[in-house]
Amino acid sequence: MIDWPLVSVIIFLPFIGALIILFIKEDELTSINIKWATLLTTLGTFILSLILWLQFDYSNPSYQYEEKFRWFDDFNFFYHVGVDGISLFMILLSTFLTPLCILASWNNIKKRVKEYMLSFLFLETVMIGMFASIDILLFYIFFEAVLIPMYLIIGIWGGNRRIYASFKFFLYTLLGSVLMLIAIIVMYRNTSSMSIEFLQGNYFSYNTQLFLWLAFFASFAVKIPMWPFHTWLPDAHVEAPTAGSVILAGVLLKMGGYGFIRFSLGMLPEATEFFIPLIMTLSIVAIVYTSLVALAQTDIKKLIAYSSVAHMGIVTIGIFLVNQQGLEGAMMQMISHGLVSAALFLCVGVIYDRMHTREIEFYGGLVQRMPLYATVFMIFMLGSVGLPGTSGFIGEFLVIVGAFKFSSYVVIGAAFGIILSAVYMLYLYKRIIFGTITNNKLADILDINTREKIILIPLAISVILLGIFPNLFLDPMRLSLELIITNYEIANAK
Amino acid sequence: MLNNIYNIFFIPEIFLASSSFVCLLFGLFLKKNAFRQTSNLAVFVLLLTILLVYYDSESNFANYKSLFSHSSFINFFKILALLGSIASIIISKDYFLGIKLKNFEIPILFLFSTLGMMLMIASNNLMSMYLAIELQSLSLYVAAAIKRDSISSAESGVKYFILGALSSGILLYGFSLIYGFTGSMNFDDISFYLSKYDNLNLGLIFGLVFVMVGLAFKVSAVPFHMWTPDVYEGAPNSITGFFAIVPKIAAVALIYRFCLIPFENFYLEWSQIILFLSIASMFLGAIAAIAQSNIKRLLAYSSIGHIGYILIALVAANDDGIKAASIYMFSYMIMNVAIFAILLSLKVKNEYLINISDLKGLSKSNPIVSLSISIIMLSMAGIPPFIGFFGKFYVFIAAIEQELYVLSVLGVLASVISAFYYLRIIKLMYFDESKNEGIINFQISFQSKIILSLSLFLIICFIFYPSLLINISASLTI
Repeated sequence: MIDWPLVSVIIFLPFIGALIILFIKEDELTSINIKWATLLTTLGTFILSLILWLQFDYSNPSYQYEEKFRWFDDFNFFYHVGVDGISLFMILLSTFLTPLCILASWNNIKKRVKEYMLSFLFLETVMIGMFASIDILLFYIFFEAVLIPMYLIIGIWGGNRRIYASFKFFLYTLLGSVLMLIAIIVMYRNTSSMSIEFLQGNYFSYNTQLFLWLAFFASFAVKIPMWPFHTWLPDAHVEAPTAGSVILAGVLLKMGGYGFIRFSLGMLPEATEFFIPLIMTLSIVAIVYTSLVALAQTDIKKLIAYSSVAHMGIVTIGIFLVNQQGLEGAMMQMISHGLVSAALFLCVGVIYDRMHTREIEFYGGLVQRMPLYATVFMIFMLGSVGLPGTSGFIGEFLVIVGAFKFSSYVVIGAAFGIILSAVYMLYLYKRIIFGTITNNKLADILDINTREKIILIPLAISVILLGIFPNLFLDPMRLSLELIITNYEIANAK
Repeated sequence: MLNNIYNIFFIPEIFLASSSFVCLLFGLFLKKNAFRQTSNLAVFVLLLTILLVYYDSESNFANYKSLFSHSSFINFFKILALLGSIASIIISKDYFLGIKLKNFEIPILFLFSTLGMMLMIASNNLMSMYLAIELQSLSLYVAAAIKRDSISSAESGVKYFILGALSSGILLYGFSLIYGFTGSMNFDDISFYLSKYDNLNLGLIFGLVFVMVGLAFKVSAVPFHMWTPDVYEGAPNSITGFFAIVPKIAAVALIYRFCLIPFENFYLEWSQIILFLSIASMFLGAIAAIAQSNIKRLLAYSSIGHIGYILIALVAANDDGIKAASIYMFSYMIMNVAIFAILLSLKVKNEYLINISDLKGLSKSNPIVSLSISIIMLSMAGIPPFIGFFGKFYVFIAAIEQELYVLSVLGVLASVISAFYYLRIIKLMYFDESKNEGIINFQISFQSKIILSLSLFLIICFIFYPSLLINISASLTI
């Protein structure tokens, strides 16, 4: 094992990078240095986080690489970080996507490069910190601090309605998370502990659990987002710059799912049991409704945003099935969606950079001019649909297998959503890529360049890798998930 | 008990009072630079007073006819008020010189007002409490109207005076009722007398309500907040800064002591009043601030909102509540010092910044200033990892300890509403395109820069070493 504080280094390396960049004076010549410094910092973070995976002990269900020291003297609040099977891939997802985001914004961010890079580095620190926290208050601090850089990223570098979108994003998520703060304090009052590890169990009376569950639900349902709390998402996605959408879809939505697994399932098992019908209903509505809405969209980004809500519906179904297949499926679906939707947003970014529009009508026949682009786009599109061999399939398949144990109505709903997802994605693909070029402006559009290849090819490889060798990812998380399921079943059996 | 006559001068209040007179004479006899020199002297005097308060462990003065009391809570708030006063004198110096308001009386007024606040915080008797309140208020009435040739300043002074006098009258009436029904003016005696009864009689309830109304005026809690926005707006910016930073500290300490000492056994009676004041202040502060276009009015409503949160901790009425109040008050003071240090140095076309919309595009011309303002705003909104979050966090811990769930949920909801107007300022600076680029300039003196950097440092770095402040506030007894 490693005897130096690896997790803390991973968390704070981007922050240190940000501090260094803060002191570079920005002008025409140095902005390229700022970009390189950011890229190298994020790449370094990614390589370090790979060590986490390589050194990970698959036979240990609880936290590894733990670091703990007392922070506040007056109550049991610790700086306590560590990684288990559930958070491992969330951290990897964050560290993997951030350098790609930096590369994706290499040329199209022209104003305020320094602030942009600072925001991204700060965002990376808080994202990793949030997934690595084993202390609820620490988790909360990171959870809310995510809002600051994301607000700035949408608000400064976003599209026309960016101000509306950034406010909606901030206030919506803040409203959810302040209720979580109250829940955290109530938990602390009842147990005198803030340790996630300790609270995984059944410490609260039934009625307390119900209220706590609702408070956490408010926070995570907005974040993930579940229907009907999803309305901030299309706005935020459409208005955010490409890299902002990538992080939003790739990592920030996963915070909700991660929270559900850790808090709702792990800490409030009886209340979870009580609310499962609610979650299932909302999820099925979300899958069917948002798929239909996605079908009607004319803006590519908005379509992908709505498809995210539908995919997250599958995730919530998987989580609240609380069985091995369901949870593994949900985790796989989250990882897969993190890669696929990030890649789809990057693909949209590619053509947006060239044509500065995201209207589906505008495009058509891109395959004639951009064969390589058409190929990678297809991989991601199929990944989103859930074709066997891509990452999307594993998650959806596992969730549906798990759902059969629960109720066949849920299976029907989920499967219907999956069919609809094939409909809207293939329809989108057909309209953009196939056919002949009818729009003259597209006549001399260029295929993806080297930088874009560097961004998209690793994503394409990992989508396929995930689809062919799912055990590579499922093995590390299996025991941690089993632990949660066992606790859950013990709590509900008595 | 005062055996040695020289020891009298080492009692902080007496030292401050006598030094204030020395400052007055000093300013009177100076021909040149009277304002600047007096300000410097005033800062020096206040620094010495802090040292005296800090080392004044037994305080003979406190025992004098039990007019004043002495406790760690009192000392903490005294030091807080003195620090706030020092900071606001330093940051306002250049502003006064800038608007050519060079009366050397201004720092003296601040000194007397600070003296009044120290007495207010320490008072243990209705009479001394009233006199102390009047001492600090009278100095502030004059300070509000100090810019004699400005109509708005005079208006705000008069408004403040009339409403202040009204509230003092109500307060005094309440005192007389309490005295009439308990036969004592001393907090401890009142508490002892009341401990024999299970419930308050009608006269005492009236007395309590009147005193609460008077105190609510002083802390500007809704619905007795009407003077605050107008006075903030009309007074010169630096006086507004003083209003925002210091008197609140004393008034909050006083309302805590008044509720928790003489009426500690009648929690149910006064907590209803405080509960209402708290909820109303939080929501009105949050909602009314949204529509403001004047930065001073916005800060007035923001301070009303903050008072609402501090009153939550009072409703909790436990040790955690006292801790929460002191941490919150500290963070409130730091944040206000920082924001006023910036506002008093920002000029738009040679006028000091008033309109919020003038902040448009500030991030292009002054990136560091706008970053600082953003941090302060996020901290005021209670977004972690800044100090403002921990203030709110401790308040909610105290409230939930007392099972005030509904109040806590209302509190966090109000904080979401208030986040909107804090974010609006960040939006103006960062998201909006600037029409008036280049005409905003930021000139700050070396001393103000130190104050500003120090308070920003505390706002940002509190999270890295919280134990210092938290251990102090945890040890406070009222």
